[in-house]
Amino acid sequence: MVLDDNNTVSVGSRAICFAQRTLEIFDRYGCSQPMLERGVQWQIGKVFFKDALVYEFNLRPEGGHRMPPFINLQQYYVEDYLVDRAVTLEGVDIRWNNQVIDVRAGTDEVMVTVKTPDGNYTLRCDYLLVADGANSSVRRMLGLDVSGEVFNDQFLITDIRMKTGLPTERRFHFDPPFHPNQSVLLHRQADDVWRIDFQLGQDADPAVALLPANIQLRISAMLGDDLDWEFEWASVYRFRCQKMDRFIHGRVFFLGDAAHQVAPFGARGANGAIQGAENLAWKLARVLDGRAPTTLLASYDDERQLAARENILNSTRTTDFMSPKTPISRLFRDSVLRLAREHSFARTLVNSGRLSVPCAYPDSILNTPDLDIFDGGIAPGSVCPDAPISIGGQRTWLQQQLGNRFVLLIAGETPAGLEMDSDLSLVCIGAKQGLGGAIIIDDVEGLVQQRYALAPGSAYLIRPDQYVCARWRRVDAGQVFGARRRALGLLLEDAA
Amino acid sequence: MNGVILTPHFEDPDGFYAALIEHHRDLGEADCAALNARLVLILANHIGTAKVLLEALTVARKSLDDGICRTSSTSKDGAIQP
Repeated sequence: MVLDDNNTVSVGSRAICFAQRTLEIFDRYGCSQPMLERGVQWQIGKVFFKDALVYEFNLRPEGGHRMPPFINLQQYYVEDYLVDRAVTLEGVDIRWNNQVIDVRAGTDEVMVTVKTPDGNYTLRCDYLLVADGANSSVRRMLGLDVSGEVFNDQFLITDIRMKTGLPTERRFHFDPPFHPNQSVLLHRQADDVWRIDFQLGQDADPAVALLPANIQLRISAMLGDDLDWEFEWASVYRFRCQKMDRFIHGRVFFLGDAAHQVAPFGARGANGAIQGAENLAWKLARVLDGRAPTTLLASYDDERQLAARENILNSTRTTDFMSPKTPISRLFRDSVLRLAREHSFARTLVNSGRLSVPCAYPDSILNTPDLDIFDGGIAPGSVCPDAPISIGGQRTWLQQQLGNRFVLLIAGETPAGLEMDSDLSLVCIGAKQGLGGAIIIDDVEGLVQQRYALAPGSAYLIRPDQYVCARWRRVDAGQVFGARRRALGLLLEDAA
Repeated sequence: MNGVILTPHFEDPDGFYAALIEHHRDLGEADCAALNARLVLILANHIGTAKVLLEALTVARKSLDDGICRTSSTSKDGAIQP
């Protein structure tokens, strides 16, 4: 059941950059197609300093992935497509105009009072997942805090609609002549909408910045006077890099901005939120149907605290690079930018946003540590990369065979004694014949072998969220079931 | 003998940059310059090789001279020009 306090998806412009990992998750949910069709794909980023290009980067020169590195799409479209998909699923009950006004968190249940236009009612929940945003009212009702850094710098977001010959790429300007001493970020979105994010500094008056005439001046200075554009949306924001110390409080789980907030540069807000929800979903599903003990749920906090710290660290560093706080940090920043034009070493220091990549959980208690030697490949706790494959002569993608249940990906024949069940499937590469029901794939471009460092007999056990939890050079059925028990938290229960 | 490395060579570029800025925190302009002078001398000793050090000096000076040619005056906010 989903409660939403209003009757619409998000209004105005919020997240716009959806990363490859997020698209892969949406693909597994069955709703990536309209997003890919509507969204704007990009992979080139350009960094400018003053009036000149410093360098450009290509996010993925490497092929062999179904999903692009990023699409830009207004958040309301993404939410809309998620809702469209959710309502086709059996058992999903979305309740609009249902506002949570009181929460009583008990040890066995959570009582929630809900206000609707037709009156109030009370829900008894086994679990309450809280994703009501940075100013989470449920978090406040429960008296819980977030801590971290609040930045004083202000930014003006303007979304405008225009037809232009500008290429589809991310452009980041440090100290441009049209907006001196500040930074400007330009992104293209769907429907010929462009996002321009102007850094304003600490002292700007938001009301003045938002005057249409002033917005007009800034845009003309940047894009020229003769351009036709229509105004879509503008707002002034500050941001915070902060999180809750614990995302789990009894039977109440915090997700997204309610749990952790980051600066927008790097697209780690919405992407981090989706990846967090993905992390919790399979665990909760297995606890609810009795396949895993409740102790499994604590790993949501372990794994996603790590991700939140990583996202906060990266976005804080970007902010510090963009907004030097002292003359000396400004000098270092500008020296890096000067050197970066000519010398590639300095480009590694230029920080206009470290773009969202999936967090790895190398020390997760759900992992079975490597015993065998792997030179490369995907370590336990890392997400499975995609690769082109074919099944029965039909071209398809590796990731579409993974997820939703545990999968043993094995190079060669099925180990003796291994039987599949409702939560374990087998994907065999290049096998002549698999166990009944095994998916036999052909590694048509050799990329599975390359990306997973496979040799005959190598095997990966992959979690329902497409993370590796164990791998071997040669495996028997006992090891596979032992690793799955560990990934389901069953060994934690034994120890408890 | 190889010359000065100008391709990416940092083990952790973002971590280094954050530490660099952090170590200047709370210092005035003169103290910042003094800190950087010490840092250059320590790193120069660590490198040791005369050819590399001379090349590094030349690259740094050239980048500065190019910058001075491009920007004829100091900025209005008094920031030090790179």
